[in-house]
Amino acid sequence: MTTHVRRFDTPARMLHLVVMVSFLGLSATGLPLLFSDAAWGRFLAGLFGGIHGAGLVHRFFGGVLLLAVTYHVASVSWRAFGRGERGIFWGPTSMMPQPSDVTQFFQQMRWFAGAGPRPKFEHFTYWEKFDYWAVLWGTALMGAAGLILWFPAAAARVLPGWMFNVALFVHGAEAALAIGFIFVVHFFNGHLRPGKFPMDLVIFTGSMSAAEFREERAGEFARLASTGGLAPLAVEAPTPTEQRRARIVGTAGLSIGMALVGLILYAVFS
Amino acid sequence: MRTLLRTASMATGFVLACATASAAGQAAAAPPANDDCLACHSDPAAARANGSLVAVDPATLAASTHGELTCVGCHTDLATLAEYPHADTLQKVACASCHADVGSTFSDSIHSRARERSGLNVAPVCASCHGAHDILGTADPKSRVAHSQVPATCGTCHDGITQRFATSVHATALQQGDANAPVCSDCHTAHDIQRADTLEARSDATAECGSCHGSLTTAFVRTFHGKVSQLGSGRAATCASCHNAHDILPASDTASTVAPQNLQATCGTCHEGASARFVQYDPHPNPDDYGRGALLWWINRFYWVLIPACFGFFGLHSVLWFWRSTREARAHGEAAR
Repeated sequence: MTTHVRRFDTPARMLHLVVMVSFLGLSATGLPLLFSDAAWGRFLAGLFGGIHGAGLVHRFFGGVLLLAVTYHVASVSWRAFGRGERGIFWGPTSMMPQPSDVTQFFQQMRWFAGAGPRPKFEHFTYWEKFDYWAVLWGTALMGAAGLILWFPAAAARVLPGWMFNVALFVHGAEAALAIGFIFVVHFFNGHLRPGKFPMDLVIFTGSMSAAEFREERAGEFARLASTGGLAPLAVEAPTPTEQRRARIVGTAGLSIGMALVGLILYAVFS
Repeated sequence: MRTLLRTASMATGFVLACATASAAGQAAAAPPANDDCLACHSDPAAARANGSLVAVDPATLAASTHGELTCVGCHTDLATLAEYPHADTLQKVACASCHADVGSTFSDSIHSRARERSGLNVAPVCASCHGAHDILGTADPKSRVAHSQVPATCGTCHDGITQRFATSVHATALQQGDANAPVCSDCHTAHDIQRADTLEARSDATAECGSCHGSLTTAFVRTFHGKVSQLGSGRAATCASCHNAHDILPASDTASTVAPQNLQATCGTCHEGASARFVQYDPHPNPDDYGRGALLWWINRFYWVLIPACFGFFGLHSVLWFWRSTREARAHGEAAR
C-alpha cells in the first residue's frame, strides 16, 4: 500500500547525513576552543585525545563538510546547466527565495496571531530556505576562514597577516551563530515543535505520510494533484527497520546537539 | 690611665665570665644568655676546629629583624648547654617552628625538593637567601631579599640567568628605580618556586605576565595561541615564546625578538617560511580598538548586530509557533471530545 509521498531522494538524504555528522563533529571539537576558559573545555577536548586530537578531528570533518558542500554545488550546477533541468533557480521547487516566501511569511505571522489559516506551503518553506542558505553561506565563509588558519604560511602569500585575526574572529562568530541556529532554531523548526516532537524522520527515511504532506505542503499537494505529479511520488511507508534506524540517527544527532547547547548555556551563565 | 682602664675592664670581663660559667655549671637548667654566646662568638676569628668561621657580629645581630631573639631560641640544642666549648656541629635551625606557613609552602618548592628528595646539597635553605644572623626585612633596602636585591641574591647560584636578566627591559626599569619592575620572585614566587618547563607553568606564566600587562594577556587568551595553550597544548606560543623569558627587550631595541626586523625569524621558529606579510599578524588584537585594526572592528560590530538579530528573530518565531501549535492542539482535542 502506498500511503507515503517521497520528499527527499537518496543523494539529498545522504547529503543531510554527511553534513549532520560533520557539523556535530566540528561543533564538538571546536567548542573547547570557542569556550576555552569554560570548566568543560579540557574535558570535551579530552574526548578526542586532547586539544591536538580535537584539532585533527576538526580538520578532518572540516574537509568532509567542504567536500560535501562542493559536491552539492557541483551537482546542482550540473543539473541546471549540464542537464538543463528547469525549476532549480526559480519556481515552486527551487531553493531560491522568491516573493511567495515573503507572502507566506506574513501569512504564517497571521496564523501565529490566530487571524488566518496556515499558508499553503510549496516544496520548501521560507525557514527551510533560510536554513539551506545559512549552511551554504556559513560553510563557504567558515571554510575559507578555516583554511586560512589551517595553512597560514600559504595564505600569507596573498593575504596580510592581520587576516589571521579576522579569520579567527569570523570563524568563532560564525560558529556561535551556526551552532546556536542549528541546535536551537533548526532543531525546533524541524523536529521539536508540537506536531513533529520528538523528531521528524522525513529527512532520514525520505518519505512522509500522504495525510501529513497534504496538510503541511498544501500548495505543493494542490499543484501536483492538478498536474498528475502525485502518482510518481507515491511510495510505501518506511519499514519498521528503516524507521528504527532513522530514529536512532535522529536521536543521536538531537542528543549530541542539545548536550552541546547545555554546555554552552552552562559556560555562559556560570 | 687608658691602660689602667683597659686592664680593669678586662679583669672585670674575666671575673664575669668565670662567674657565669660557674653558675651554669652549678645550675644547668638556666639556658645561656646571648652575652654568654657572644663572649666567644663576637671574636671575628672564632672558628671551628676545621677552620670555618663561626663569628657573629653583635652589632649586625642586634640590627637584624631577629635582634630581640635569644641565640638559643633558634639554636635550641644549646638551651641545655653545660660545657664550653660546645660541639662543633649543631642541629639545623628550624625556621618553620616560627614561620610555619612559609615553611610548608617552601617544602613543596623545587629548592626544597632538590635538597630533601634528590639530596642536592647545594640547593638553598632559608639562610641561603635571607642570611643567618643578619636577616633584614624586605622593606630594608640593604636586605638580601629587598626587591632591588633579589636578582643579585638569586644570582649567587643562577649567575647565567641573572646576567641575561640584567640586559632586559625589566632590569633596566629596576635600575631606574621603578618599584613595579619585576624581579625573579615576581614571576617565580619566592618560596613556592616550581619547574618552569611544565604545562602548568606555561599557562601560569601567561597569568604572571598579565598581573602587569593585563590588557595584552586578556587579548592574547582570546587568540588561537592563547586558547590552545589554555587547553593544555605545549606547542602553541605563549608570552615567552616570542618575547623570551629573562632577556626581554622592547620592540624598539634592534636586538629584541619582537623588533620589526626580527619578527620573521621569531615567528619562523614555529611557522616555517613566515613572510613579511605573515608577520603583520597581531598576536594580541583588540576588536574594540579601531586604530589597531579597522576591518576587525567593523566585523566585531557586524556580528554584534547579526547574532542577536538572528536569534531574536527566530527565537520569537519559535515562541509564537509553539504558542499557536499548542492552542490549536488543545482546540482539536476539545473538538474530538
